[in-house]
Amino acid sequence: MSDLRNVVFVAALAGLLAGLVLTAMQVYATVPLILQAETFESAGGGHHGDAAAAEEAGAEAWAPADGMERNLYTALAAIVTGIGFGLLLVAASEFAGGIAGWRQGLVWGFAGFGVFTLAPGLGLPPELPAMPAADLVARQVWWIATIAATAAGLALIAFRASALWAVVGVALIVAPHLVGAPQPVSHESPVPADLHHRFVVVVTVTNLVFWLVLGAAVGALRPRFFGRADNARTRFA
Amino acid sequence: MNSNTTTLGASASTRSRAMPLAMAGLLGLFVVAVSGFAPMEAVHNAAHDYRHSMAFPCH
Repeated sequence: MSDLRNVVFVAALAGLLAGLVLTAMQVYATVPLILQAETFESAGGGHHGDAAAAEEAGAEAWAPADGMERNLYTALAAIVTGIGFGLLLVAASEFAGGIAGWRQGLVWGFAGFGVFTLAPGLGLPPELPAMPAADLVARQVWWIATIAATAAGLALIAFRASALWAVVGVALIVAPHLVGAPQPVSHESPVPADLHHRFVVVVTVTNLVFWLVLGAAVGALRPRFFGRADNARTRFA
Repeated sequence: MNSNTTTLGASASTRSRAMPLAMAGLLGLFVVAVSGFAPMEAVHNAAHDYRHSMAFPCH
């Protein structure tokens, strides 16, 4: 049972650190682009409407006030989710023998980035407010299926000896993109293409840094809680 | 390579560890799913900028 406690400790510490780093990057780099995109939203009756409309309606759900409060909730979400991703990373890597150190943690971080950002982002690039999108449930199904298939594919490539399994792994990684992500009827959007492009780049890079920090932190913390890694090195070799 | 013996030793101890590890993984999934996808307006509005910045398809 102490295993569960160790996993939670390592995940919580690494997730807290990676979440704080992510918050700093988001407040500095992505939130300004989101705020800029929201100025294109008011006319189209966007998904959260502007403050004036909300006050008129009177029944709009609670939302944090712009500025400090809004950023604090972004921080909260980033830290909580960072711990969630940390739990997933520690659990998955412990099944594979454990991460031996910060450098091997970077490799696991790259894998997490590939699974949770790169693969789903190819079909469903990061969106700004006021942009058109396909049916929500269809997108969520594709997003989750792509993540599951990519994770399974990477695991087959990394942890199965036979070449056949590696081929199956590659097929699993490619398959969601042959199926294709649900796309909106029209990509016409009030958000300038240049703004969206900058957002896609910033989101992808900030996620990469988040995953690298998370992976390296798990790798650096693990020996303090679990003792030495059993066989991670031999498995990776 | 002597990786065979290491792997065997690990798989014996892995069996007793599988449950807590799976529980930790499920807890992680739950946390990510709630902060990324929970449809309640208040959660959505609180995590709005984060969700956009992580490319979660949430609305």
